[in-house]
Amino acid sequence: MTVVIDRTRSPHDAGGSARAAGPVSAAARARQQASKGGGELYKPRAQIYPKRVNGRWRMVKWALMGVMLAIYYITPWIRWHRPGALPDQAVLVDFDGGRFYFFWIQLWPQEVYFITGLLVMAALALFLTTSIFGRLWCGYACPQTVWTDLFMMVERRFEGDRNARMKLDAAPWSLEKAWRKLGKHAVWLGIAFGTGGAWIFYFHDAPTLIRTFWIGQGAMTAYVSCALLTAATYVMAGAMREQVCTYMCPWPRIQGAMLDKHSLQVTYRYDRAEPRGPHKKGQTWEGRGDCIDCNQCVVVCPMGIDIRDGAQLECINCGLCVDACDEMMLKVGRPTGLIAYDTDAAVLDRAEGRKPIYRFIRSRTIFYTVALAVISGLMIWGLSNRSPVEAHALRDRNPTFVRLRDGSIRDGYTLKVANRAFEDRDYRVTVTGIPGARVWTPGSRGGGPVRIHVPANEVTALRVFVTAPPAGLNAASQPLTFRLTAPQASVEVKSVFLSGAANVSD
Amino acid sequence: MSGPHKDEISGIDTTGHEWDGIRELDNPLPRWWLWVFYACILFAVGYWVLMPAWPGIGGYTAGLLGRSDRADVTRAMQALDAQRGEGAKVLRSASLQQIESDPKLQAYALQVGSSVFGDNCATCHGAGGAGGKGYPNLRDDVWLWGGTLDDIQHTLVVGVRSGHPDARMSQMPAFGRDGLLDAAQISDLTEYVVKLSGRPADGPAVARATPLFVANCVSCHGAAGKGDQKVGAPDLTDADWLYGSDHAAISGQITNGRGGVMPTWAARLSPETIKALAVYIHANAGDEDK
Repeated sequence: MTVVIDRTRSPHDAGGSARAAGPVSAAARARQQASKGGGELYKPRAQIYPKRVNGRWRMVKWALMGVMLAIYYITPWIRWHRPGALPDQAVLVDFDGGRFYFFWIQLWPQEVYFITGLLVMAALALFLTTSIFGRLWCGYACPQTVWTDLFMMVERRFEGDRNARMKLDAAPWSLEKAWRKLGKHAVWLGIAFGTGGAWIFYFHDAPTLIRTFWIGQGAMTAYVSCALLTAATYVMAGAMREQVCTYMCPWPRIQGAMLDKHSLQVTYRYDRAEPRGPHKKGQTWEGRGDCIDCNQCVVVCPMGIDIRDGAQLECINCGLCVDACDEMMLKVGRPTGLIAYDTDAAVLDRAEGRKPIYRFIRSRTIFYTVALAVISGLMIWGLSNRSPVEAHALRDRNPTFVRLRDGSIRDGYTLKVANRAFEDRDYRVTVTGIPGARVWTPGSRGGGPVRIHVPANEVTALRVFVTAPPAGLNAASQPLTFRLTAPQASVEVKSVFLSGAANVSD
Repeated sequence: MSGPHKDEISGIDTTGHEWDGIRELDNPLPRWWLWVFYACILFAVGYWVLMPAWPGIGGYTAGLLGRSDRADVTRAMQALDAQRGEGAKVLRSASLQQIESDPKLQAYALQVGSSVFGDNCATCHGAGGAGGKGYPNLRDDVWLWGGTLDDIQHTLVVGVRSGHPDARMSQMPAFGRDGLLDAAQISDLTEYVVKLSGRPADGPAVARATPLFVANCVSCHGAAGKGDQKVGAPDLTDADWLYGSDHAAISGQITNGRGGVMPTWAARLSPETIKALAVYIHANAGDEDK
């Protein structure tokens, strides 16, 4: 039996099957409301009152929420000893100092490509996860989901579960309604402030900031970021909720390219469930599906959709409807898993009487895995082969060269040496490539070796002049190499020496 | 037109204006727009009271906050002077040699010198100090008036042909223009000067010019043509030419005896700024061993 799911028609008049007028999904209600006014230009939002649910996936969600929040709040407080005056915070985005610290890794602004690599890796990991397991990120790990869940938990504490909340919202204003609402919003604001307040610790020394923040001596950016994140958390997790996923987030749109019929998604097994209908105790299960149309999957859905309409843009794959359905199936004595993490292909196989096949190794998952491995490899290679010193020679452009009285030519350079190591370095600067060329600085008149002192974790610039006798100059531009020698590590900088040799006659 | 005209389709009154049968609906302004407008009016009243706003005959209403951009600028300038005062004090008390040998002081002087050079000197000597025709190159090791720190400082203070009582003043006569030498003699002298700088020249002409050179040139340029920094006479034997090295340029210089002008900076720059500038020019010049 093949069930055709026709999403162009409202579930109410689908196929003529008589259905009880029970609660319908919030999305369906919104669609109905929109169509009433005669083709209005936008879809008004219908308030969603998700019912509390217990079960396996709910437990996983609680546990993951704990882990995510713990990571978020604890990370900036982890200490990591670094020498000297360097910050001892394990994870720190130090905008003032222009450094990013992550445990033993320390990145400079010039190395932002590592962040790019990390983002590419994150994207690929997300692609891989989605193509195999569907939108697990959306359902379990996304901050929007985690914080919305947290806010709903608070909401239930103050206003009760679905029915109580609907009643409360419909009731006229009373003292009881007022304190419940007020309490909810107060706690929400508290959590939101806690969220914004934790964020800023990633950008400043946490133990210092937590003191200076309260006495008005924190950085202005800390206050602004905290205020912005407080507002964003409060609005997005309190008021906007599923609209963020449906309208603001690009990921639900992109997911379409990652999912195929072999991806695990929260799936309504229509092969087993249809035709649905109410079932009274003692009635036969012959000739009908297992779905008793109890609408539990609809009322628990935080996105306000009916999973029985098939895979939908709004679905975040959180599995709460799975828990709700399993609970009902146990009650009526039918096998669980009517709604489950399953693939379209498997459902189709079962519907057509074949043994379902699960294929996790597919061309796209292989591609994502290989790409992920390549990028990870590049990142590890790049991080482990990072030179602790980076040097550049900026040649003077005005004048490009100066001819001295004895006919020798002098070029000016600015040497910029970045010392990424955590100890000071002293380099001796020499030049090679031009016969007889010698290097000196304005500070080393009258000879003596040219030295450059680069403090730990800093950049030092040094102006140097290179003077070369005319005998060795046979081209207008000749390669020149600066060699910076230190006991710990030496480095060479390639540059050119301009002499205008082609038009030597003045 | 009598009475408000109602638009048939929307049922809204029109303004009564009509252009070729097109009427304008008299919709009310959006509420938010009106409120913003009223808020702006309120803001304006508050602004008049608090800030300088209304012009009068002899001045303007100053406003309760007493704000003045002019006072702000004065304050900022004073703050800048105070900030610079620290470094200026050190530069004033240290000698040029001390400034150059102390790496920290030198770095400070180079920063000051670099910006002052860009503001005052780059106009003629170029942003990089490489000069140009008629404007000496400050990056090489050829100096008309000496390339030591003290020489440079003195030149900056008194200038060249600047009107300053102690101004540097070189006296190259206009041999041709003033009729001191005739054209043939100038032509011979030109050959002589070309030969001085080590280039091939017309032998007989050089021979003819030798007594002329002794009579007219050696007093400043010296018998060997090496020049004299005391009187600002350039070295004629090197490869550096302020007004050009070819025959035409050299004979033109003998004929007209051009001399450049550099202003005195004593009136414009403070002594410590001139010190910093001298250190900057010296540091970037090509005299490694001086």
